[in-house]
Amino acid sequence: MMRSLFLALTVAVIAMAVFGSATEGFRVFTTEGARRYAVEQAPHQLPAVTLEDQDGRSFSLDSLQGRVVLIEFIYTRCPTVCSALGDVFARLARALPGTVLLSISFDIEHDGRAELRRYADSHGADGDEWRVARPVHGQDLGPLLDGAGVVVIADGWGGYQHNAAVHLLDRHGRLVRILDFDPLSVLIDEVTPWLKS
Amino acid sequence: MAEILNLIPSFRRIAMGAGLFLVLAAPSLREVLEQDMTRHMLIQLPFLVLAGWLLIPAAAASCRFVVIWDRFGIAGILTANLAAAYWMLPRSLDNAIALPVFEIAKFISLPLLVGVPLGCCWPRMPMLGKGFVMANVVSMLGIAGWLYLAAPVRVCVFYLSDQQEAVGRLLLCLAGAISLAVLFCAFVGFRPSAARTA
Repeated sequence: MMRSLFLALTVAVIAMAVFGSATEGFRVFTTEGARRYAVEQAPHQLPAVTLEDQDGRSFSLDSLQGRVVLIEFIYTRCPTVCSALGDVFARLARALPGTVLLSISFDIEHDGRAELRRYADSHGADGDEWRVARPVHGQDLGPLLDGAGVVVIADGWGGYQHNAAVHLLDRHGRLVRILDFDPLSVLIDEVTPWLKS
Repeated sequence: MAEILNLIPSFRRIAMGAGLFLVLAAPSLREVLEQDMTRHMLIQLPFLVLAGWLLIPAAAASCRFVVIWDRFGIAGILTANLAAAYWMLPRSLDNAIALPVFEIAKFISLPLLVGVPLGCCWPRMPMLGKGFVMANVVSMLGIAGWLYLAAPVRVCVFYLSDQQEAVGRLLLCLAGAISLAVLFCAFVGFRPSAARTA
């Protein structure tokens, strides 16, 4: 009887340890949660890829250092989430002057300069504080998405589903937070301290 | 000696278990099953468990070592329960797709830590224990199904939101079906032991 009890307790203890490590100490249960927790614990630089915006200007992600940058990943044909993200950025542009807003398209097959331009116009991106961009070189896309931890999957209807979130880079260009875009007031509260520092 | 002989499984059973495992491990079938959340969770995972169940001989349940160390089969059922719960974490499911190490761990742990202990310990579990486990399985499936249906976001980065909803609905159906089966057994009175001796 004691042996059975001992064995059952051992199993329970081992399972607790395994579950603890699988959930970062019972904090996260999804890959998205783990991605956000990892960034909070250990901020890191995104790869210094070259982007091209809606006006055809090329710039490196590096060149934005010294500013607080908010990045969303989108594709311009997206009827749902990206459109909502666009609206969020439009409101952020008014609420948080001084931040750089960057909408990066991962659909580089389809999104050329004209498509970026159209997305920018329909959401009110000015091309200065808010730029809609895409990686210039196709081979840069993978490392950029991997660096941010974004997974894009085809939805079977010619579109995509992807982690919808706002990625916050601090003044040193480090990815320090990954935030929900809803509710907006919480997002603004989260970003504001980084603007002061 | 008889005990050791009893431990040798019937050839057919072990061949079926090993065959099932190998078929599931075939790269083309793996890809097909893992492409879709429903197929991954409700076909591949249960069949891996079944492969483990088949691999263990019926006599193992009464083997002396097993009886001494796990008198009512509680530790075994606990192991099976917790190992299965691990693969119900959305993050584990994603990891199995993204990282080969986790995929291998899945293919080892589900037969070995869920199927084998289930086959070994379930027959020895007292009625009270069985009832407890069944009640938990039904409520766990129900809650998981409801969560998947109600979640405003995708829980797995590798699966689409409509697949998640389909899994949610199927989990709820499964919980309902198990409840009905239990009720049927309790009131209509299907007794496996009676059926065997008849």
